Amino acid sequence: MRYDIIVVGGGPAGLAAAHAAWQDGCKSICIVERDKELGGILNQCIHNGFGLHFFKEELTGPEYAGRFIDMLRETGVTVKTDTMVLEITPGKQVHIVSAADGYEILEARAVVLAMGCRERTRGAIGIPGTRPAGVFTAGAAQRYLNIEGYMVGKRVVILGSGDIGLIMARRMTLEGAKVLACVEVMPYSGGLTRNIVQCLHDFDIPLYLSHTITDIQGRDRVERVTVAEVGPDRRPIAGTERTFDCDTVLLSVGLIPENELSRAAGLEMDPRTNGPCVYENMETSVPGVFACGNVVHVHDLVDFVTAESQRAGRAAAAFCAGGSAAATPLLPLKAGNGVGYTVPQQIRMENIGDGVPVFFRVRAVYRDAKIVVRDAEGTQIAAFPREHLAPGEMETIRLPRVLLQKAAGALKVEIEKGGEGA
Amino acid sequence: MYDVAIIGCGVIGASIAYTLSQYDLRILILERENDVAMGTTKANSAIVHAGYDPEPGTLMARLNVQGSARMEQLCSDLSVAYKRVGSLVLAFGPEDEKTLARLYENGVQNGVPGLALLTGAQARAMEPALSGEVTGALYAPSAAIVDPWGLCIAEAETAVRNGAELKRRSAVTAIMETGSGCRISTTGGDFEARYVVNCTGVDAETIYRMTAEPKFKTLPSRGAYYLLDKTSGSLVSRVIFQCPSAVGKGVLIAPTVHGNLLVGPNAEEVQGARDKAVTAAALDTVAAASRRSVPSVDLRQSIRNFAGVRANTTLSDFYIAPSSARILHAAGIKSPGLSAAPAIAEYAVGQLAGMGLALTRREGFDGTRRVRRFRELSPAEKAEMVKENPLYGRVVCRCETITEGEIVDAIRSPIPPCSIDGVKRRAGAGMGRCQGGFCGPRVLEILARELGVPQSGILQDQDGTFLITGETKTGGAQV
Repeated sequence: MRYDIIVVGGGPAGLAAAHAAWQDGCKSICIVERDKELGGILNQCIHNGFGLHFFKEELTGPEYAGRFIDMLRETGVTVKTDTMVLEITPGKQVHIVSAADGYEILEARAVVLAMGCRERTRGAIGIPGTRPAGVFTAGAAQRYLNIEGYMVGKRVVILGSGDIGLIMARRMTLEGAKVLACVEVMPYSGGLTRNIVQCLHDFDIPLYLSHTITDIQGRDRVERVTVAEVGPDRRPIAGTERTFDCDTVLLSVGLIPENELSRAAGLEMDPRTNGPCVYENMETSVPGVFACGNVVHVHDLVDFVTAESQRAGRAAAAFCAGGSAAATPLLPLKAGNGVGYTVPQQIRMENIGDGVPVFFRVRAVYRDAKIVVRDAEGTQIAAFPREHLAPGEMETIRLPRVLLQKAAGALKVEIEKGGEGA
Repeated sequence: MYDVAIIGCGVIGASIAYTLSQYDLRILILERENDVAMGTTKANSAIVHAGYDPEPGTLMARLNVQGSARMEQLCSDLSVAYKRVGSLVLAFGPEDEKTLARLYENGVQNGVPGLALLTGAQARAMEPALSGEVTGALYAPSAAIVDPWGLCIAEAETAVRNGAELKRRSAVTAIMETGSGCRISTTGGDFEARYVVNCTGVDAETIYRMTAEPKFKTLPSRGAYYLLDKTSGSLVSRVIFQCPSAVGKGVLIAPTVHGNLLVGPNAEEVQGARDKAVTAAALDTVAAASRRSVPSVDLRQSIRNFAGVRANTTLSDFYIAPSSARILHAAGIKSPGLSAAPAIAEYAVGQLAGMGLALTRREGFDGTRRVRRFRELSPAEKAEMVKENPLYGRVVCRCETITEGEIVDAIRSPIPPCSIDGVKRRAGAGMGRCQGGFCGPRVLEILARELGVPQSGILQDQDGTFLITGETKTGGAQV
């Protein structure tokens, strides 16, 4: 079977990419989704707060997904659910398998990668202690509660202040559990401010910044955890230990883009994002292979995933219509002082229209700072004052074409303290 | 009345059961936990040692080399992952080089094939990731990596398929010799058998004490590990040891048969088999030691930490001997116990024969086992497999590409698992980088469906490791 575009993943990124590509005139599109339904992780995010930017109204996760699924129904996009992509070859053959249709090899002119991300686990951060049941990633617990209808604990300590952990602090509380503490190793929260307020403060759940879990105890099920303050080196400070009697530990300690297929397909990867390197239109290092959403870099808000994925979908449609992007001139973007990464990593000047959005995360909390873009000669190309910058909130700036044309060599995005504006 | 009761179903108990099951005997296997392979068998270095470590002339030396020689065929017969990758013991200076020379001599005397002493440069040519500080190495081409719990499960399953009876959740509380055999009291009921074999690993002394005063004392020794993501799986292609010391074989870095990289263990005295906590100090020790061998090892790629407890004793050798005419003990089975397991089983069965057990070949014995693993097949074979049963087309564990069909096969095997980790040890679901975050709830659902029990009854691992504490206010599946 041959399609113009195969979209790998039917979560918010894949849905938006497929829909945008269809809107732009590509009429041969297939979405491959491993779950039984479209919507991805939104289906278990039954809280509200989705869609404020994109739909200008407040929706739950399933409602947000539902909007796109309904929009997609109006199109002729083929949807294969309960189907796993096993391999994507550099020649854009997509090997898939499902119970319904068996093993198939699809061929595509363009591929959009939208596989999302996975959660960092206990093993990834090496929490000492025994290995009892009751240690869940926040997302796994969310699935048990919101999809399966089961509670996974009664007395809970949450490690990490990522958004899913904060959401689950509220959710478990509403279901009658006692959330004893949220423990964050960094001196600032990893989640959105609104989630700190609405999920912790509103329920009197203490947030221990610069603290971590140093021991998990319990033979069969979690019985107790030890929490200690950490120094600037993030190592526990002796003598600051306190214990919490609990039966559950939820981990919300980071998300990792899920790029096994991308690596196998030979895409150039960015070790800072753990995602593929992308150009201005979300095309990867392999022409005709695009990527969008959390598979590229972890987002906070689905609305931004949607916007990014629409750009990827439109670019894939343009690629199929024969408009392969001009490769030069090439403008690399680098993460400078205080900036963790940038997406895109490179800009092809011929291909940006009147400007390009750049996404990144800062590496520390800043007040009254400015985001500065300089070229290779150190000349300031643009500056954007910000009252508040935090690692937990993805930043975006828009670089107009007219400014980029002035740049000499690679651009660097960095943070400068004290913001008089530009 | 059973002919033989085997206490403990780790890799030693399972090997003995497998070996005995080819004879016309009534075999009983008693296991304390809810599954087999629950002790040291599931938490060790997963190495088949070549056999240059043990002192020449010891039982350990003989059984290590014999076991190592038999392992490849055994694993092939039983569909157990095994790979002969070879090993290097590293030297960091003249003292270590003396140790290597001694190990080389040991190995030659023990009959280890193909040993070679290498220079540091030769070792680095073989393994480019090795430290520049390495001054020499002992190369043992016959060393291998294996799936230790897979071997145990395969042997136990095959024994059961050939008529052995396995009683789980049956912890032995007393053993009484009667005129014609032994009466064994367990938490799962009382049993009688003509002969008893004690294969209880770290707890062998406790069981021994129920029958006689032991001639050894157990010194449980805990070792912690890092298991690294498959992206680190080819950092080295052989097992990389450091020079052994009094407390063990030291920190190793080894590829696993599952494609990961294993780093560990340290060694620290603990109270008992259940003392499996991982400490920050242990992880620091392992981290520092491993970087000495391979400076580029990236422990941020860790997907899991775990610790296992070695059945060390005051004896330097294995202790495989009867305490009475009816009771045989396999005690002190520390490293290289896994490597020696097939030979330990032969040796133990020989001892039983010497104690009077009649060994008559049984008609219809089938010592082989076939397991199909979807991810190992070609596209054409995969297509065929899904055609045969559509459940092979539904991938449940995305990290390891494990299908619902394989999970159902595992649940319908001769020793059905009752926990998510039991499924993991058989089918591989949940072994990967997300550590069951995605597939855990789905495996739980499949287990409940196949076993006909409520989802709340499904465990993570051993008894007591419940996951679900109740329903949400509106419930889920029922609404």
